[in-house]
Amino acid sequence: MSKAAELAALIGSGQAQGDRNLIINGAMNVAQRGTSFADPTDNTYSLDRMHIFNDNDGAFTVTQDTTVPSGEGFYKSIKFDCTTADGTIAAGQYATLSQRIEGLNNTVLGYGASGAKSIVVSFYAKSNLTGTFCYSVRNSATNRAYIKEFSLSSANTWERISFTITGDTSGTWLATNGIGSNHQISLSMGSTYHGTANQWNSSNVVATSNQVNFLSSTDNNFFLTGWQVEIGDVATPFEHRSYSDELARCRRYFLRYYGNDSPAYPRWFNPAYANDSYMGGSFSFPVQMRAAPSLTGTVTYQNADNFGTGSVSREGMAIYVQSTSSAVICGASVTANSSDHITLDAEL
Amino acid sequence: MNEINITSAQYATDPLTGDTGKLIKVTIDGTEMWVSIDLANRHYAEIMRQVAAGTLTIEDAD
Repeated sequence: MSKAAELAALIGSGQAQGDRNLIINGAMNVAQRGTSFADPTDNTYSLDRMHIFNDNDGAFTVTQDTTVPSGEGFYKSIKFDCTTADGTIAAGQYATLSQRIEGLNNTVLGYGASGAKSIVVSFYAKSNLTGTFCYSVRNSATNRAYIKEFSLSSANTWERISFTITGDTSGTWLATNGIGSNHQISLSMGSTYHGTANQWNSSNVVATSNQVNFLSSTDNNFFLTGWQVEIGDVATPFEHRSYSDELARCRRYFLRYYGNDSPAYPRWFNPAYANDSYMGGSFSFPVQMRAAPSLTGTVTYQNADNFGTGSVSREGMAIYVQSTSSAVICGASVTANSSDHITLDAEL
Repeated sequence: MNEINITSAQYATDPLTGDTGKLIKVTIDGTEMWVSIDLANRHYAEIMRQVAAGTLTIEDAD
């Protein structure tokens, strides 16, 4: 096919358009939660939008790393480093990296009906461990699942992996702000979740029995960056988006205010109500969050020993700061000590 | 897969309005969290799943 014909085909398929990558933070640049996660809790998040399933008898650390494929415009990757070996993964155990794509974004694929579109998955991966790994796509009900095997053939060498997954014309795929699809890379996977590759399964399966066991040795590591999911049959070059664009996308799902942001002691909000021991106010989020978020954090400024919220929406929140031990809260703006932070979690 | 370790749950009171119907204060993996009563919130969905399963009770507000 000539270059002109290739281009015409790409334009016709929609692949030549910008904003084609359904994966958010695929270059692993955004890390609001931090850059190192020692043996993360099962069913939690690491780098922005990067979800971890971790239930096994071993342990691993997830970090944002600067090891990247050269000449491709990347400067960060996600690294998995096995710190405690688990030589035999029990049936129900696992270790995975995944991204849950919101239904409002997943609808472009037309899943669950005739005309469902094929996607191309691509990413750069490197590991000392060669062999077969598995990639899966599932719906929110986990009763539709496609498994694709891929191989890393050269130890400690970046390889660009790409493959096509046919669209699913069956099943229920949410078109809401819930989980539209769950894209997952298995590092270790017990037999409970083994299924058949290269077809749509009607059960909760994510890997085949050929899956390597990343947790087999503390020598093992696994790097990944440039993760892209796009409509079509041919992988296009990774779509690099600006940091600010990617950060804004991430903030729809997770938002953290740090007390040590520059300039120091940022003012989070101005109080609307205040007395000797209590003040409250509200502030708006920089983007509309996916759902009304959950709040955690620490606020110690002005001897505050309690903080919380009375109301949170997708657009903003009311917050109060309280001192139950001394009357030192004043009517000034709520600024932050360097260790203070507020996090808002609306992840899928 | 998908379970979240919730060890306590109590309806939270807005100290300004006294309203108790908007948030649940929970402890997840040892961390206190205010969870919005929104079915699209994954923590709230998990709280409701565990309540339905009989493994979690939401205490009344103070």
